[in-house]
Amino acid sequence: MIQWGYTINQPRAVNLDRNDLTAARRIIRQMPELQACIACGSCTATCTAGNLTQFNFRKVHTLVRRGEYEGAYEEMNKCMLCGKCRLVCPRGINTRGVVMLIKRELGEY
Amino acid sequence: MSMKRNSWKEYQKEIAEDHYYYARSCIRQNFFPGSEAAFLRILQENLSKDIFDDPRHTSCTGIGYHSDIVPLETIMTVVARQFSLMNAAGYENFASSCITSFGIYTEILETWNEFPETEERTRENLWKATKREFVKPKNLAHTSDIIFHFREEIARQAKYRLVNARTGEPLKGVEHIGCHYAKIFPKSGVGGAEFPYVLAGMIESWGGEVVDYPERRHCCGFGFRNYLVQANRGYSVANSQKKFESMAPYKPDFIVCNCPGCTMFLDKWQYTIAEMEGTTYGQDGIGIPVLTYEELAGLVLGYDPWDLGMQMHQVNVEPLLDKMGVRYDPEAKYLGKNGKFIGAPREAAVNCFSGERLYRIQR
Repeated sequence: MIQWGYTINQPRAVNLDRNDLTAARRIIRQMPELQACIACGSCTATCTAGNLTQFNFRKVHTLVRRGEYEGAYEEMNKCMLCGKCRLVCPRGINTRGVVMLIKRELGEY
Repeated sequence: MSMKRNSWKEYQKEIAEDHYYYARSCIRQNFFPGSEAAFLRILQENLSKDIFDDPRHTSCTGIGYHSDIVPLETIMTVVARQFSLMNAAGYENFASSCITSFGIYTEILETWNEFPETEERTRENLWKATKREFVKPKNLAHTSDIIFHFREEIARQAKYRLVNARTGEPLKGVEHIGCHYAKIFPKSGVGGAEFPYVLAGMIESWGGEVVDYPERRHCCGFGFRNYLVQANRGYSVANSQKKFESMAPYKPDFIVCNCPGCTMFLDKWQYTIAEMEGTTYGQDGIGIPVLTYEELAGLVLGYDPWDLGMQMHQVNVEPLLDKMGVRYDPEAKYLGKNGKFIGAPREAAVNCFSGERLYRIQR
């Protein structure tokens, strides 16, 4: 057996050609204003849960939009639904509603 | 030039016609030992050009520089000494065999141009160290530029073409350009950073077809520090793997590179991936042969593949030789100059598709 001293790194790039975007499209259909998100990160900056845990709303939302659903439900469960993110969103997106929608749509992933 | 668009003129570079001072690569002679000898033979015997192979020049120390071991001032002085040797030999056209070195020469000439005080300091350092002076080269070319420049002449002298000898179909070639060729200074390469034509031009002139695949411009993953630290090599392999996965659906018959590191990694990582994961990317469950441009030119000109050093490749080249209809002696593969057996490598998954072997590896 050869002792390589390393393994082949798995790519961290999101492959949109391989990902199943059905659920992401379903989420966008139900909440079209999500397309106005400019990924400024204000939601994450003001997040109460994000202050205490590794929860990052912008990251999870972006990954979900790109078909990376694994762990999204568990992550969104960290949200305390305080709604501060909704107050600061420059595009007026109902971010709390997004949390609930992702939990509803992606519970089985 | 086959490209007709006017904007293409912006991506051309001047390549000297004759009288070159040859600067060898430090790593190519180990991994692809016949390539540099083949380059000299092609230029001197086939193209009747004057090229001086100077035994006094040293490594450009580029690997040390990119690994943060050799300081900028030191490498500038080393480069200045190479130019000084070129002047002493009576040449004005510098031909670099290595892409890393080519990138270093380009970068340093550009630095001296932008910051003349660094050139002055280098002149002082060179004088203090060696009592030498130097004149900058009139023309700087990578050796693949020179082969590209004479590709039509090579095509005229061709004994074999990049065409499937049985079907008459052009062979599909993947061209991989070293990052330091034109990604740092686009003006320094034929075709710039986005449309490098240096290897594609050779493939087309010699009868082959260039494969245009999604990850065509992706790096092979060498990256110096990525590779030099053993624990980091997984990142290096991952880059090559990304390219292999992207090119495999197009069924390439060969890969040709102009960088010593890329040729080595695209060849040897295929072995590594096959041994680690049991995956191969060529046709019939074996690897894709990887060649240097000199080896490709040598094959086209009818040189013996074992004289070109192709027995040193990790991925066997015989499938390509058979497709091209090249005549070779399989028994002579591992015989040295005097017919002495030089030793043969052990069987590798990348060269022999065997379900039993793959099962053993994966288990």
